[in-house]
Amino acid sequence: MNAQTATVQAAPALRSVDKGEVLLEVRNLKKYFPVTEGVVFHKTIGNVKAVDGVSFTIRKGQTLGLVGESGCGKTTTGRCILQLERPTSGEIVFEGANLEKLDQKALIPVRRKIQVIFQDPYSSLNPRMTIGDILGEPMRVHAVYPDARQRRQRIVELLSICGLPAKFTDRYPHEMSGGQRQRVGIARALSLNPDFIICDEAVSALDVSIQAQVINLLEDLRREFNLTYLFIAHDLSVVHHLCDRVAVMYLGKVVELADSDELFDNPMHPYTRALLLAVPVPDPTVEAERKHQVLMGEVPSPINPPSGCVFHPRCSLAVESCHRDTPVLRELRPGHWVACTEV
Amino acid sequence: MTTSVQQISVPAGAPTEAAAVKVQTPFRRFLSDFFESGTAIAAFTVLLVIIFIAVVAPLISPTNPYDLAIVTVLDNRLPPGTRNLDGMTFWLGTDGAGRDLLSAIFYGLRTSLWVGVMSGLIALCIGGTIGLIAAYFGGRTDTLIMRIVDLQLSFPAILIALVLLAVLGKGVDKIIIALVAVQWAYYARTVRASALVERNKEYIEAAICLALGHRRIVFRHLLPNCLAPLIVVGTLQTAHAISLEATLSFLGVGLPITEPSLGLLIANGFEYMLSGRYWISFFPGVALLVTIVSINLVGDQLRDVLNPRLQR
Repeated sequence: MNAQTATVQAAPALRSVDKGEVLLEVRNLKKYFPVTEGVVFHKTIGNVKAVDGVSFTIRKGQTLGLVGESGCGKTTTGRCILQLERPTSGEIVFEGANLEKLDQKALIPVRRKIQVIFQDPYSSLNPRMTIGDILGEPMRVHAVYPDARQRRQRIVELLSICGLPAKFTDRYPHEMSGGQRQRVGIARALSLNPDFIICDEAVSALDVSIQAQVINLLEDLRREFNLTYLFIAHDLSVVHHLCDRVAVMYLGKVVELADSDELFDNPMHPYTRALLLAVPVPDPTVEAERKHQVLMGEVPSPINPPSGCVFHPRCSLAVESCHRDTPVLRELRPGHWVACTEV
Repeated sequence: MTTSVQQISVPAGAPTEAAAVKVQTPFRRFLSDFFESGTAIAAFTVLLVIIFIAVVAPLISPTNPYDLAIVTVLDNRLPPGTRNLDGMTFWLGTDGAGRDLLSAIFYGLRTSLWVGVMSGLIALCIGGTIGLIAAYFGGRTDTLIMRIVDLQLSFPAILIALVLLAVLGKGVDKIIIALVAVQWAYYARTVRASALVERNKEYIEAAICLALGHRRIVFRHLLPNCLAPLIVVGTLQTAHAISLEATLSFLGVGLPITEPSLGLLIANGFEYMLSGRYWISFFPGVALLVTIVSINLVGDQLRDVLNPRLQR
């Protein structure tokens, strides 16, 4: 049963929207954090199932959006891909290499190709280093530009790509605004010419006007450098704008996976529907006429998730069998996968 | 009409005033915060004078207290302010061997400060590195290191130092080794605590993703952001090291008689205390007290200024 689930879950992304080669494949990824008891001798009394069997594929040049509410495991998924966490099980295959089988040394060239842009522009830059050092250090360490003058030129170039003037080279992060720091974070992610960038809530901490600028910047960069993004966010309108495909996560599982327009025009999973209905419409008359269907209850604890379908306690469509059977992703329309038996 | 012109001219002057205000760099703010307190200024000045005396002791001492050609036993135990037959005034009196106490204190300060600062620096390097490694790698490495630290700190410092010195013997290098062995754990614990906070910040994770290498991340990224508490503990522990060294010398296990520190001077005069010749122990004691108190006051002020939670 378990093995069958795994193969079915691994299948969707493989068959959908077949254009371009596969850059990253995540197969049945699981990350459990042990909950321990005792001061001297740790006894595991349970697991927080942060990520529980997630599978998806990202093709070169594509942007996959990963959405879901806080604590649903989207950031943990990103951290596993970045090798900041060791997954409990599952495979992460990047350009054909299984990252779980690589040792620290063999990981270095892979790490250079996968970069990250963090949410908080205040803690993501080393406060004791100038912007020039922050951008120049990776180039020096990996001998991308061994010559100091070339490196300086490249730093200025990176800054201008990200819309910052060259004079920022000698500034410290505390002398800059949040939006400017986030641009430095993006420039740093670009410093080693990566193929793949994980944006972990990269615009969530910014003002709305700055958000738009940064999103446009990310789009320009994708076009210019043929980048591939994994865009982790909870803001659905941003995701709709930026992503080719979207995966909706709930309590460590992917509940719906589809092309961006398809997902937003025709959401199928009851959770996705509730999420989309919660997005306000910027027109008071339309907004007043909309029927709001608020999700009841709280997100269950990932230590002790509900049996069967994890969403059944809050689901309006739930039937008897939802308590028992774990739904698998089914392809209901071409490229549109839903983990629900009732739609 | 004229009033409106005047109103306009008022804000026109404002930008020039704003431009005159100096740019506040973190270092300048640190300095102005530090010298805000009168106590800190006084303590810092006294400390500077003490360090100056210790450094140039051979140049400013009235005599060389360890030059046996000058010291005569005839001058022994003279009270403060006495003149001897050569016309030399002993402002702080002489000790049991006829040495000028003022000169002996200058030389003693030199030894005491050297031992304190050296042991402090070495312990800071060793303990700091160990603490950073514990915080950065975490898991079993962290548990193992911190249990050793706990074990070390559960023994009284003086006991460990006594045992070590009994084994090692006497000498400046030996006492520095003993003090380092006693003190590294304080540094390790302090630096680990602040490194744990920094370790979870995203700039460290970004550095890992950039594959910068563990050594570079620990020393170039983690360490500079943990320096503030390390400096504070370094100052306070240096004062502690000086008093510990004085205690050990007083007990007769620290420094050899040829390199007397303040503690040894106090011990030398101790036997004369009850016979009214207070100065032999008293003046070195005052020197030791002033040194330790001024270092501690400077350390306290550093802690207040560098503590991010108390930042104004």
